[in-house]
Amino acid sequence: MPMSDTHAHSVAFVRTEEVPTAPPPSNAAGPAKWVKDNLFATPLNGLLTLVALYFIYAILSSALPWIMGGIWQAPSLAACREILDGASAACFAVLSERWNQLLFGFQYPDDQYWRPGLAFILLFVAAAPVLFFDLPRKLLAFTAIYPFIAYYLLWGGTVFVPILAFVGIVGGFLVYQRLVAGSFAAGFFGGIIAAFVIWTIGGWLIPDNASANAALPAVPSRYMGGFMLNMMLGVTCVSLSVPIGIALALGRQSSMPLIKWICVVFIEFIRGVPLITLLFVANVMLAYFFPPGSGVDLFLRVVIMITMFSAAYIAEVIRGGLAALPKGQYEAADSLGLDYPQAMRLIILPQALKISIPGIVNVAVGLFKDTTLVSVISMFDMVGMIRGPILASTEWNGVYWELFGFAALLFFIVCYGISQYSQWLERRLATDHR
Amino acid sequence: MKKSVLLGALTVAGLAAGAAAAGTLDDVKARGKLNCGVTTGLVGFAAPDANGEWKGFDVAVCRAVAAAVLNDPTAVEFVPTTGKTRFTALASGEIDMLARNTTWTFSRDVDLKFTFVGVNYYDGQGFMVPKALGVTSAKELDGATVCIQTGTTTELNLADFFRANNISYEPVPIETNAEGQQQYLAGACDTYTTDASGLAATRATFENPGDHVLLPEIISKEPLGPLVRHGDDEWGDVVRWTLNALITAEELGVTSTNINEMAANTTNPEVARLLGTEGTLGEMLGLDAEWSKRAIAAEGNYGEVFAKNIGEETPIGLARGLNAQWTNGGLIYSPPFR
Amino acid sequence: MTTLTDPPQGSFHLSMLINDTRYRSMTFQVIAFILLSLSVGYLYSNLAANLQAQGLRIDFSFLGAPAGYDINQRLIEYTSQSTNARAAIVGILNTLLVAFLACLMATVFGVFAGVLRLSNNWLVSKIMAFYVEIFRNIPVLIWILIIYGIMTVSMPGARPYLGENPEREMLFGMFAFTNRGVYSPAPIWGEGSMVVVAVFILSIIGTIGYRRYATNLLYKTGQLLPMGWPSLVILFVPTIAIFLLMGQPIGLDLPDPLANRFNLRGGIQIGAPLIAIWFALSIYTGAFIAENVRAGIQAVSRGQTEAASALGLRSGRVMSLVVLPQALRVIIPPLISQYLNITKNSSLAILVGYADVTATLGGITLNQTGRAIECVVLMMLFYLTISLLISAVMNVYNNSVKLKER
Repeated sequence: MPMSDTHAHSVAFVRTEEVPTAPPPSNAAGPAKWVKDNLFATPLNGLLTLVALYFIYAILSSALPWIMGGIWQAPSLAACREILDGASAACFAVLSERWNQLLFGFQYPDDQYWRPGLAFILLFVAAAPVLFFDLPRKLLAFTAIYPFIAYYLLWGGTVFVPILAFVGIVGGFLVYQRLVAGSFAAGFFGGIIAAFVIWTIGGWLIPDNASANAALPAVPSRYMGGFMLNMMLGVTCVSLSVPIGIALALGRQSSMPLIKWICVVFIEFIRGVPLITLLFVANVMLAYFFPPGSGVDLFLRVVIMITMFSAAYIAEVIRGGLAALPKGQYEAADSLGLDYPQAMRLIILPQALKISIPGIVNVAVGLFKDTTLVSVISMFDMVGMIRGPILASTEWNGVYWELFGFAALLFFIVCYGISQYSQWLERRLATDHR
Repeated sequence: MKKSVLLGALTVAGLAAGAAAAGTLDDVKARGKLNCGVTTGLVGFAAPDANGEWKGFDVAVCRAVAAAVLNDPTAVEFVPTTGKTRFTALASGEIDMLARNTTWTFSRDVDLKFTFVGVNYYDGQGFMVPKALGVTSAKELDGATVCIQTGTTTELNLADFFRANNISYEPVPIETNAEGQQQYLAGACDTYTTDASGLAATRATFENPGDHVLLPEIISKEPLGPLVRHGDDEWGDVVRWTLNALITAEELGVTSTNINEMAANTTNPEVARLLGTEGTLGEMLGLDAEWSKRAIAAEGNYGEVFAKNIGEETPIGLARGLNAQWTNGGLIYSPPFR
Repeated sequence: MTTLTDPPQGSFHLSMLINDTRYRSMTFQVIAFILLSLSVGYLYSNLAANLQAQGLRIDFSFLGAPAGYDINQRLIEYTSQSTNARAAIVGILNTLLVAFLACLMATVFGVFAGVLRLSNNWLVSKIMAFYVEIFRNIPVLIWILIIYGIMTVSMPGARPYLGENPEREMLFGMFAFTNRGVYSPAPIWGEGSMVVVAVFILSIIGTIGYRRYATNLLYKTGQLLPMGWPSLVILFVPTIAIFLLMGQPIGLDLPDPLANRFNLRGGIQIGAPLIAIWFALSIYTGAFIAENVRAGIQAVSRGQTEAASALGLRSGRVMSLVVLPQALRVIIPPLISQYLNITKNSSLAILVGYADVTATLGGITLNQTGRAIECVVLMMLFYLTISLLISAVMNVYNNSVKLKER
């Protein structure tokens, strides 16, 4: 009783119900807090924000009306200017008029556009199992035959050529499997010799006029152009240069001085000169190094030089991967009694390549961008089409921003996509190690 | 080797060096295609149109040769070349002939070992300036910034001209004609110099062609003509006399429209020899009797080709001037067909 | 695979060349050597056959012949009567000039963008991310063409600056910005100017000496001397004083709008092609450097920052004394390879008409003389030398900063 009395007297007020939760002050939550914390945390920060906002406004206020007011239908720049009537806006009509030339070059037969289109779509199917490890491994079979399908689709002509090439590689592989049990070197060289034998014999068997009435009309590589040419060069050279790069990286680590010396000289030479000089070599010099009258076409010469170029860079990436492997892995392989090819194939390379993949992807992105350099040696890739036939034509002489903007956009989409993939992969590989 | 790129790649290592023995004429016949080097794009002379079809004054020469040799004016593989690559392309055998507004000079003929088979356009280097500048002569250009297209003889001519007149200039080298035009129109250079024909072609595409004038000075001789490799005279003869056939046809009044009629009932012995109804000129060339008839029928005689591609009716609007027939006071002159 | 039981001596089989580890590597090297010699010989014989068929031969005498063309941007004396070799040297110097300038500016852009990308300010860090992504993912060739185009179209010609009553006033009466280039005053070195320069150099040495002294004092006694304003005083006051005392021996040669009807005369002119390729290479490579800088800063673990703060260092000093020295170890090797890329990418200068070595030796000289093989080989040798030099510098640096593991 006295206790409760004391209590009742000492406490003037007892709340019997719960206080309703009040919302936080308006400047401590919600968008306002976010703005305060992230944009105006300090006076200097606030100033930066204002400068940035003005910068964005300045760009958008001039670019947006130009893009939005763009004309999409006009036969020529003069007509386009007439429609605009002095207003400042884009003439995207050049894109709707010449999109096919920008994508496929000006010589690819226009009733055959579905062929590069299909090859492009199939490229994703073929690349998927390489890029995403979770997909069923059986899909790799398609990846293996994709080069031959793509070759047939793009160049057309007789179907025997890609088939023969495929048979040659399969034959070579079978021989390799048979001989590799004895010795890797025997299997390797045996396989190569077998493939060459098949190709040579097959080359005699294919009649000379086989391409005349082929299902898909033959398209010479001179006719390839536009963005398609960039894609073709990029994909071909990167895929060819990965095996060469592996060989160079292993050669550079080799204990045999001569082999090591050859690889070092090759890699350092290629990495030491700009790609453009290598393209000059392809264009004005390489022809002198082939047998007189062999007439290897420009596309092939450029592929050779760009492949050498990217192989040297990929070799350095893979060398980094090899160096990053703990020494224990090499010692473990040795202690299992594996010989050098076995150790490399079964233990070292799978791990080293996995570490190197992001680096290889970076090289691939750089290389894909560098394929635009072929425009300097009179090939009509995307940039070459713009600087050459389109800007030189009477209709579209004087349209710059629309064309270069379009080219920039296409490259951005592809390269940004690949680099996002690379980052995703890096994150994934990083978790695998924990 | 023709079969495919892939097979080419595979067999290149083991290829024997025997193919070069045959002459170019036999090579072309065996291949069924003429590889003709042209520019990467100069309106009127050689440029692909919206359908990717090559059109132009130089292109017509290639087509005429293809018609004469292969009986098909479309059997031409046009190989775009830049100023840098054209000579290597020809020397290395990548192309059979070069018809790319190339100036016939001593060093190209002698030192680089090419044979110029004739001249299909007499050009000269000129200057274009904005009318507002008030310049009336190239000699007033002291201190001016000059845009030049690189890779041609123009750079040397320009240096010589300014040196000879003891005046100075700032050169701005330009890779393509389109970029030269952009620089010039934006005022980054005071004057644009290249072959007068090229200037006329460029001016024709301007928004306001009337605001620009060509200065009267022509500072160089630029005889442009097709060329072939040294040492293969049979092939050189074929190209040379195909060009001459086009020129002679104009002189004799043979056009692509009246050619069949002329061939059937001409009384002029020279026309008869030209068109192969008389004599064995075709055989001497290693071709058949109707070679020149096909060449002329392909794109027309010299005058027709000129009018269709660069003449006054076209946007380029060049007058015949020096390129008129010698009978009209020009320089276009073919040796006789006999 | 060292075998414990060595095969009996004396019985040598051919198969041992492949299967015996003692001989195998020798076998492979011999095979490689034979293949190498064969392919080199094959290529060489093709080259010889091709050249002979065309009656050409490798001949460098064209280098001594007059070049015959003019070059707009040159660091050494050159006229159209100079030799091709001199034209090549002009080009080489121009390549080095643009590479040097672009390396400097790209570093500034890169550090700026890399640091700002880690800023707390959401908007700024997003803008920098956008900058990095958009420049990294579009070919440099397209950027060069776009930037040159923008410069050409958006800047005025030289004409508005000319005449008695020009349409446009020069900035401070000294600087003109046109699409032909930037005109700025040039110093005129009068009598006694060398004294001023000498004093200035001495002032720089003095400033460095003062800062050394202050640092030493700080480490020895803990006494903190002011750094900022004394340095400025030592740097500028003596120079300005001597400049005024000597009667202003260094004058300015201003661009003159009246001397010529086409262009401003006098002063220093930095041509638009140089600015375009310089700016394009800098902003493009800056995006790559920004990523390196960001990665470098992020590579320094948070513990380092926290430890430094716990020692009572202020945030500026945390950055300069703790974070940056460690970040630099990560940043510098990729930074140098970016410098290498700039040098190689400067060969794209031909797109904007800047007379670098690719444009003179590999461009006009090649076109005019037709000596393709010789020109391309010389050009590659030049780039190779530069690259090897830069790599050598990089190796020296890498060795000097290598963590000394004990």
